[in-house]
This record gives sequence, structure tokens and C-alpha cells, in this order.
Amino acid sequence: MGWFRNILNPKSHQSASVAKNRLQMVLSHDRFNISPQLIEEIKDDIIAIFVDRFSIDADAVEIHITRTPTESRLVAEIPILTPSRHRIARRAKRN
Amino acid sequence: MSARVITVSSGKGGVGKTTVTANLATALAMAGKKVVAIDCDIGLRNLDLIMGLENRIVYDLVDIVEGRCRLRQAMIRDKRHPELHLIPAAQTRDKSAVTPDDMVRVCDDLKNRVDYVFLDCPAGIEGGFRNAIEPAHQVIVVTNPEVSSVRDADRIIGIIEAKEKGPGQLIINRLKPDMISRGDMFSIDDILDILAIELIGIIPEDDNIVVSANKGVPVVMDKNESLAKMAFRNIAQRLDGNPVPFQDLTKKKNLLKRFRAWASRGK
Ligand SMILES: Nc1ncnc2c1ncn2[C@@H]1O[C@H](COP(=O)(O)OP(=O)(O)OP(=O)(O)O)[C@@H](O)[C@H]1O
Ligand SMILES: [Mg+2]
Repeated sequence: MGWFRNILNPKSHQSASVAKNRLQMVLSHDRFNISPQLIEEIKDDIIAIFVDRFSIDADAVEIHITRTPTESRLVAEIPILTPSRHRIARRAKRN
Repeated sequence: MSARVITVSSGKGGVGKTTVTANLATALAMAGKKVVAIDCDIGLRNLDLIMGLENRIVYDLVDIVEGRCRLRQAMIRDKRHPELHLIPAAQTRDKSAVTPDDMVRVCDDLKNRVDYVFLDCPAGIEGGFRNAIEPAHQVIVVTNPEVSSVRDADRIIGIIEAKEKGPGQLIINRLKPDMISRGDMFSIDDILDILAIELIGIIPEDDNIVVSANKGVPVVMDKNESLAKMAFRNIAQRLDGNPVPFQDLTKKKNLLKRFRAWASRGK
């Protein structure tokens, strides 16, 4: 039934979206000479800033550099846990 | 008359530069333009073979540059068209036999004789590529929908921008719509998100291209219509200033989208 799940859940784990994320990481490096290591450090710093102030999903924080013909920007995506997911996460931690 | 010099590049090898060059040059010649295609892959020439002109080579690009023949003598006329010529690369020399300045001079000499000059780059970002970039008015970047060729395309885009030849225009070659709809191949939007340059054409994976390479007859000359033939003809028109719309190669995907919407209704 894998194909059926894929149809219902288009983005999840298909190889094209994995490839896109991986490529965006290496291109940050290729274009701006920013190493994956540095990206990881920035990620940890960002998590440190938010973790006590917001309920964020630290495992899902993503950083990449996007480019348009006129500008490039460093984009951080920091998913905020919704109240219900937050509760689930807390409960999970307690157990 | 002042020729427009269009360089066809990719970075990664084998993504379709020579196929694209042969077909675009032929398509424009079929539309009545005067066209010269130059093979810049010194030591590994192939454009002659793909255009079906391999048996007619007497002089080559290095002979022109080193003064052993006049420009005209090294221009092989493709007799199937009124005004299509090939300048082949030398097969027994290496890249250093030609410099970027030489290429500028050759293109300058062609300026008043033709409408379009196509330069077919070798793979890589060294000598032969630098030669072909120098005289360019416009650079086409060919990529396949897979990680390594998109990464190399990004590198090429960086170089042509640094040389103020940018931003370049993108051709996505060997697209497989069914793989895209399964989520196992970059979609056109994915690639444009990443590379952020203008798209000028999409060419599907098409067995006719291999058949045409076997015969030395570019697909745009086929009597029968094929998706690839249509794609090349459309790109040629866009290059010539007619913004024809893109074909929909992913009709299946739309159907799938509709199914998804239906399946997840009321969720
Ligand atoms: N859309 C396509 N569908 C099917 N086969 C293709 C397509 N485009 C190119 N090919 C095949 O891929 C191979 C490589 O193409 P081509 O020689 O044009 O690439 P190239 O970029 O010029 O390579 P190189 O870097 O070695 O010069 C050829 O065998 C060609 O027939
Ligand atoms: Mg080639």
C-alpha cells in the first residue's frame, strides 16, 4: 500500500524532496563558501535563542540560502509547536 | 547583419549540450536563418557526428586559428539546408591550441555573414569552456533533473555571472514526467527554485534522440512529430524572439493532483 500513502502524502519522503534539501545545503557551501559545519553551528545558536522562549521543534529547524536573480538570503525555518503538539511533546518527555 | 553568439554549456558532461546545439542550429536554419555551429570540444569532437557531417571534414577550428585555411574553407555546409554550416573541432590537438581571444576573433569574422553562431562547450569549466564563453552574447545552461547536473549548472551560472555574461537561460533536458509525478525526480519548479534563472526550454527523455544520433539526422528534421522535436522547435522560436508557450509534459501530474485533492477531501 506504499503507493497509496505516497499519493495521499505527496511531499513526505519522496526522493526528489530529499534531493532538493541536500542540494540546497551543498549549494550554500558552493556559492558562499559556508561549510555545512558552520550551518550546524548557526542552527544550534538559533535553537539556543528560541528554546526557552518558544516551544519550537528543534529537530525540524532548517537553514539554507535561497537565491533569486537579484538577491540571496539566509533563511531559517523554525517550526513552532502548536498547542496540541506541544502538549504531546511535553507528555512524551515526561514519560 | 550582426550575428548573435549563443554558447551552450552545462558543466557536467553528457547532459545534452551537443544534442541541443545540433537541434537548435538546425531548427533555426530550417526557419530560414543563416547559422554556424562551432564545436569547441577540441580533442573530443562530436557535433560533426550528431549533425551527420563527419565525412566531409577537411579543415577544422584549429586550422583557422593557426592560419592553415581561411574561415570559409573550414565551414562545412550542411546540404540539407540552405544556410547551415559546421566548424568542427580538431580531433588530434588539445584544448590549449585555441585561446579565448581566438574565439572572439573567429566570431567577429562570422559577424557579418550569419544570423546565429552556436558554440558547443566541452564538459567542465576549464580551457574549452572559457574559450566558448568569451565571445558569447547569450549563454544557455543545459541541465538534467538530477542532483549532480543541477549542482554543476549552479557553478556555471556563478561563472557566467562573474564574467558578466549572465544571467543565462536554462534548458532542462531528459525530463521524465512519470518519475516527477511519483516524486522521484526534480520538478521544473524545484529546479527553478534552486537555480533562479530564466527557463527557455524543457526537453523530455525521448528515444527518438538516440535514433537520430545513430543516423546523424537531428530530431528536428524528422518527418514525424515527437515531443523532443516540438520542444527543440519551440526553443528555437524563443531564441528568435517569439515567446511560444511551454508544452505541458506533465499532464499526468495534474490528474494525480486532482486525485489527491479528491482523496484528502473532508480531512
Ligand atoms: N532528451 C534526451 N532523451 C534521450 N537521450 C538523450 C536526450 N538528450 C541527450 N540524450 C543522449 O545523451 C547522450 C549525451 O548527449 P550529448 O552528447 O548531447 O551530451 P553532451 O552534454 O554534449 O556530452 P559531453 O559533455 O560529452 O559533450 C547521447 O547519447 C544522447 O543521445
Ligand atoms: Mg558534447
